[in-house]
Amino acid sequence: MNQAIRTPLLPAEAVNLQEEAVSLKGAAKGFGGRTLFEGLDLTIRRGEFVALLGASGSGKTTLLRILLGLDTLDAGEGEVATPRAAVFQEPRLVPSQPVWRNVLMGVPRRARQRRQALDALAEVGLAGHADAWPVTLSGGEAQRVALARALVLEPTLLLLDEPFAALDALTRLKMQDLVRRLCARHHPGTLLVTHDVDEAVRLADRVLVLRDRRLTLDATVGEARDGTTPAGARLRARLYAELGVDPLGLEAAGASGRAP
Amino acid sequence: MTDTATASAFPAPGKIALKLTPRPRAGRLKLVGADAARLVLPLALLGIWQGACSFGFISPRTLESPVAVVGALVELTLSGVLWESLVASFKRASAGFLVGGGLGLVLGIVAGLWRTGERAYDALLQMLRMVPFLAVIPLFVIWFGVDEEPKILLIALACIFPVYLNTFSGVRNVDPKIIEAATVFGMSRAAIAAEIVAPLALPSIMVGVRYAMGVALLSLVAAEQVNATSGIGYLALNPRASLRTDIILGVVLLYSVLGLAVDFLIRTAQSRLLPWHRSVLEKAR
Ligand SMILES: Nc1ncnc2c1ncn2[C@@H]1O[C@H](COP(=O)(O)OP(=O)(O)O)[C@@H](O)[C@H]1O
Ligand SMILES: [Mg+2]
Repeated sequence: MNQAIRTPLLPAEAVNLQEEAVSLKGAAKGFGGRTLFEGLDLTIRRGEFVALLGASGSGKTTLLRILLGLDTLDAGEGEVATPRAAVFQEPRLVPSQPVWRNVLMGVPRRARQRRQALDALAEVGLAGHADAWPVTLSGGEAQRVALARALVLEPTLLLLDEPFAALDALTRLKMQDLVRRLCARHHPGTLLVTHDVDEAVRLADRVLVLRDRRLTLDATVGEARDGTTPAGARLRARLYAELGVDPLGLEAAGASGRAP
Repeated sequence: MTDTATASAFPAPGKIALKLTPRPRAGRLKLVGADAARLVLPLALLGIWQGACSFGFISPRTLESPVAVVGALVELTLSGVLWESLVASFKRASAGFLVGGGLGLVLGIVAGLWRTGERAYDALLQMLRMVPFLAVIPLFVIWFGVDEEPKILLIALACIFPVYLNTFSGVRNVDPKIIEAATVFGMSRAAIAAEIVAPLALPSIMVGVRYAMGVALLSLVAAEQVNATSGIGYLALNPRASLRTDIILGVVLLYSVLGLAVDFLIRTAQSRLLPWHRSVLEKAR
């Protein structure tokens, strides 16, 4: 059997990288009198990988749900490109369907072919698990199936809501590499919601911070991906400062050091 | 002093051997053994009962011995009464179960999927749960006569609720996050209902079906009070049998065997219909 990685349906030169996968203007949303964000502008182009950082409760998931059509805008306007696909913090697989059927969830019933699922599973390194039941998978495996389910649609827009948060550190790093490789091959516009600065810088071309109801930072990663370079260290420091945390715990250590 | 008192509150340090994976003996034997284990307690109770009767601790007028009970069953079998009763009762119970269970299933699915359905009749069905079925027998006789209809309808009425309740909660308890994902991936409401909600509600529906099958058997006793001349409920309570504890106990025994059969049926159906379910996967391991 041929398990070779398939060539992308859309080779790089065929993708219009100027095409907007997300365009939001003056977006506002709140719940019960509390405004999460307002006057928010955001453009994500096809092939661009954008990470959205923010403290817990700042409204990252809400923004992503709006882009998925699961929630509504209170004000402003926006447009998203389709097909869009998502990976959530939990795998959200259907336990009554074998893995390969889960992968084809977004494919119209008439177009579903086991072959497509097998190819997508091979891409995420799970070729041998096509007929497994979801409950028998480990957390990392289930999350990779969820990723295959999203990629099989060749999405123009890929929305990721802390998809690695529930994984162990080693699996998380492997998953991050996998996602970066796959996004580079399929070039969707990607929005990754996370609260992990290292993850954001590791994966994204552009990093945003949502704080105090607006995007307070919009930085291109570029050379700064490598944390050992001065640029890399500077970007991380800026992000941590923006998020109001002290990454090295220097203040806490200093406080205990001063104690007699 | 305090030291020893504190120390003695904890287990003494020591060593514990780790467990080895048990080596499977011949697969067939093991399966039979596991099923046989379920029979140990009932058989032990039978033994004690027989012993108490044989040694005269219990007089036959109070309680016949198991041997006498089996004797009564043999007698009924040879006269053909038992078979005739079983067939008559099976027809009533299965007709009532299909009508009531089917209705409960449809109502449960509709109420589970649409709030309007829930609002329309959930309260009514909750009231149905509290109906004392013996008390409505006279009404059913007035409404439906004395033939098969009142018997079947009484059983059906008793079967609606367990299937309805479990179907409803099964549909409602499907993880909303999975449904949300399916929506995001463009599945229609109808496709979600058929391909996701229905299969995920099935384990709960099976619980309702299992319960309703038991209820159908039990309500035979009430239903067959209505002008019946056959059936196991009739057999237990007909005037000629009322002084024969062996026949009454024989029917009781029959009931427990039928209960086991229903159980077996459902277990088999479960491993066929729910291959993905945790309980089935764990058993297969
Ligand atoms: N449907 C909702 N109704 C009311 N409040 C909500 C709803 N969804 C989210 N919130 C609130 O909005 C805030 C932001 O939530 P969320 O977008 O999940 O934050 P984040 O993903 O950044 O941690 C939280 O305080 C949350 O309680
Ligand atoms: Mg969130």
